[in-house]
Amino acid sequence: MTQVCIIYDKVRFEEKALYEKAQKKGVKAQIVDGKTLTITTDSKKKDFALGDVILQRSVSHYRGLYLTACLEFLDFKVINKFQVGETCGNKLITSLALAKNKVPTPKTQFAFAAESALETINKTGFPIVLKPIVGSWGRGVFPLRDSEVASMIVEMREEDDSPLSRIYYVQEMINRPPRDIRCIVVGDQVVTAIYRYSAENEWRTNVARGGKAELAPITKELEDLALKAAKAVGGGILGVDMMEDKERGLIVHEVNNTVEFHGASSVSKNDIPGAMIDYAVKVVKK
Amino acid sequence: MKTKVECQECGADISVPEDAVTGEIVTCPDCGGDYEIASKAADKVELKPAETVGEDWGQ
Repeated sequence: MTQVCIIYDKVRFEEKALYEKAQKKGVKAQIVDGKTLTITTDSKKKDFALGDVILQRSVSHYRGLYLTACLEFLDFKVINKFQVGETCGNKLITSLALAKNKVPTPKTQFAFAAESALETINKTGFPIVLKPIVGSWGRGVFPLRDSEVASMIVEMREEDDSPLSRIYYVQEMINRPPRDIRCIVVGDQVVTAIYRYSAENEWRTNVARGGKAELAPITKELEDLALKAAKAVGGGILGVDMMEDKERGLIVHEVNNTVEFHGASSVSKNDIPGAMIDYAVKVVKK
Repeated sequence: MKTKVECQECGADISVPEDAVTGEIVTCPDCGGDYEIASKAADKVELKPAETVGEDWGQ
């Protein structure tokens, strides 16, 4: 019998749902705290009782990413793969992967110093969006509406300790309704799509920022695009985020590696954790 | 049945739901301190201070 291992660093709704669903499906499952694992260059796969396939569910991006690297070194099958986590965990790398694979994505400019960032921003005009290249839950994402605010935000970024703060990711502001679309892709299937509406006095649509979820229809256009975006970053279990541009149609702006689905589960009748467990079992059989 | 555990910060009772599992976070109703469930047996629950939210948390 296939054994699925769910690795966590904090058990949330998602990890409990995956564990319970595996049990209901008769799939042997275990849930392991990634913080308790230590791996060395001499380690062997047999030293670790982590089943046949691992669902990497760490809430900390870097913990999940580097733990995945170590687990792959030991020849464990991990969902998602290290390469996928590395691409999705960095907005710059994601944008390049999407563009390279001809997935419609917002026009994004990259600058590598404050001066050139401000020059790019002022030359392109306002409003424009400045995002950190690594970040989550919408943190540090700023809509810039004039030159003065742009200068202040860039100055703030320069004072930050992280060297990544000096890499500037400047994106066109998409003319969209006050919502985006989160598609949950599992392998070659779009399991659910939801609209995420911004909370009051909030521009970002993240559920972590109070965004509200509503079921979205899975149209052919949405399905094709979500699958194409997922493939562009390497595939697996992913959250593909899209915006509805009033002229260009659907545009993918982000692909999430350790997809959260609490909000989607609250409005969707589709069995999201069930599809993930089925996919994990299928990966073992490949 | 909920299990009560004393908050290490303020001494208030923290209720741990019956269906909670190891690794889940519980919050003290009085001081707001977050704790991770370190272990859970039939009638005994051990808590440890939870990690604070990191810059790289989430998706």
